[in-house]
Amino acid sequence: MQATLRSLLGWVDARFPLTKLWNEHLAQYYAPRNFNFWYYFGSLALFVLALQIITGIWLAMSYTPTAESAFDSVEYIMREVPWGWLLRYLHSTGASFFFIVIYLHMFRGLLYGSYKKPRELVWLFGMLIFLCLMSEAFMGYLLPWGNMSFWGAQVITSLFGAIPYIGDGLVEWIRGDYNVSGVTLNRFFSLHVVAIPLIFVGLVVFHILSLHEVGSNNPDGIEIKKHKNQEGIPLDGVPFHPYYTVKDLMGLAGFLIIFCAVVFFVPDMGGFFLEHPNFEPADPLKTPVHIAPVWYMTPYYAILRAIPDKLTGVLAMFASVGIWFFIPWLDRSPVNSIRYRGYLCKGALTLFVISFLTLGYLGSQPPEGSLVLMARICSVVYFLFFLLMPIYTRFDKVKPLPDRVTD
Amino acid sequence: MNADEMDSDRRRFLTATATVIGGIGAACAAFPFIASWNPGVKARALGAPVEVDISKIEPGQKITVAWRGQPIFIVHRTRQELDGLTIVTEHLRDPLSKESVQPSYADNIYRSIKPDILVLIGICTHLGCVPLYKPELGSVEPGWEGGFFCPCHGSKYDMAGRVYKGVPAPLNLVVPPYQFLSETQIRIGEDKKEGAA
Repeated sequence: MQATLRSLLGWVDARFPLTKLWNEHLAQYYAPRNFNFWYYFGSLALFVLALQIITGIWLAMSYTPTAESAFDSVEYIMREVPWGWLLRYLHSTGASFFFIVIYLHMFRGLLYGSYKKPRELVWLFGMLIFLCLMSEAFMGYLLPWGNMSFWGAQVITSLFGAIPYIGDGLVEWIRGDYNVSGVTLNRFFSLHVVAIPLIFVGLVVFHILSLHEVGSNNPDGIEIKKHKNQEGIPLDGVPFHPYYTVKDLMGLAGFLIIFCAVVFFVPDMGGFFLEHPNFEPADPLKTPVHIAPVWYMTPYYAILRAIPDKLTGVLAMFASVGIWFFIPWLDRSPVNSIRYRGYLCKGALTLFVISFLTLGYLGSQPPEGSLVLMARICSVVYFLFFLLMPIYTRFDKVKPLPDRVTD
Repeated sequence: MNADEMDSDRRRFLTATATVIGGIGAACAAFPFIASWNPGVKARALGAPVEVDISKIEPGQKITVAWRGQPIFIVHRTRQELDGLTIVTEHLRDPLSKESVQPSYADNIYRSIKPDILVLIGICTHLGCVPLYKPELGSVEPGWEGGFFCPCHGSKYDMAGRVYKGVPAPLNLVVPPYQFLSETQIRIGEDKKEGAA
């Protein structure tokens, strides 16, 4: 039996690099042995992506992308399709958890300088994936055709109207109508289920290929390739499989406990994962009293609203996402990891996290009174974190790096 | 010339011309895909003008009708509300509607053909929400002379749809093309001089 399997594998290997791929990316991919909690989120993101694709395929079997029946077809999925409620809650909760996982994954990058040379492309592919994720989330949110779906799409598509000269024509071109309508819904459906997922998966492949080309960073931020044994294997590396496949399965178990608790007990998360005005069908003549995006978009939305000028506000919002692309070149610190950086870097990162979370809260609230001032202060802190990075990272006092990874 | 030798100049020329011609072809092929996103025949047909009977609108009242899927506000303004327009002028960003969009026959202080009947596209010029109608004096802030308030980002407009200073909306509410068919009937989306929008 085993001999037959081995000869079958040999037959395949002569025609397709199966064993080669397995070894390069799993069995002989040497990852630093000191990965900690923060290193769970890459594999978790991959899991959530698979979950979104599978539940998405099943949802598309019962969903109707027309203005007349989209809302009803979602109710049909919830009430009449066998297990439809589970598929939908897995997908909607999965969307929010995708952002939780990705934000923590990005925070890990900031903590340990995972974007620094030679991992700039890993970071750039990751940022492109983040853009895909945001557009998937935005277009997917229109599909239930609830009133918040409609007005969310209305507000975001009209952002492009701020562009001088071509703005108005561009907005009509994106919507395919004079207003967000069934035409818009149908094209967003197509983009949400075909176009963006194809690009998304391609970028994930590039993200992982570029990571495996240069090797993983680690909490100490030092290169494990500097110390190798006679066979050329890093002394501080362990094969990804079985060491990290098993560790990541452990992380997955922990993740699933929290994820399933939300899916089964609080799928709407008190209005944060599924907003209450979205339980009403879309009404083009009536704006919800308070329009707020889903929680994962609120920091950028708060920045948009903090500026009392339309074009500047829109530019600031796009800049707040775009500026992340430049981090590999903004960070001039001689060390990667926060462990060996000084108080300037630690303080800047702390202030940034506080302002990001505060903006997230403010973006979910109506823009009134002192909240507007707070949003302005936090927006300034947000941008200064990036703009002053070349200065504070250069003048920060760093600790001496260890030769080998620490335990 | 030997058959194995390569004329690199010739090859470079062929590569360059093939790239240019191929690029033009690719751009032409992309055109239908991009143009396909524009509003189609059906969307344009549904955007045809609508007729509205305004005889039932009492002074001070507002009705909302749909044109091109957009809310159209028709307000029957009172004498007092028309007088209020001159009081707020200094607080407005574009009091004379120089930057804003309206047909030439509505390019006056009332922003309308007849002073008492106001017709506006009820879409905030900031990010496209529908502003709320707040005619009561002092209902939005002290000294409020009546107007429209956008709940999304707090933009304020007066009783002629003119935007206040210090709010995110850049322009006055848009006046759509419209005409009076009779004393009580108006048609929105088409006018006498300027034709259909």
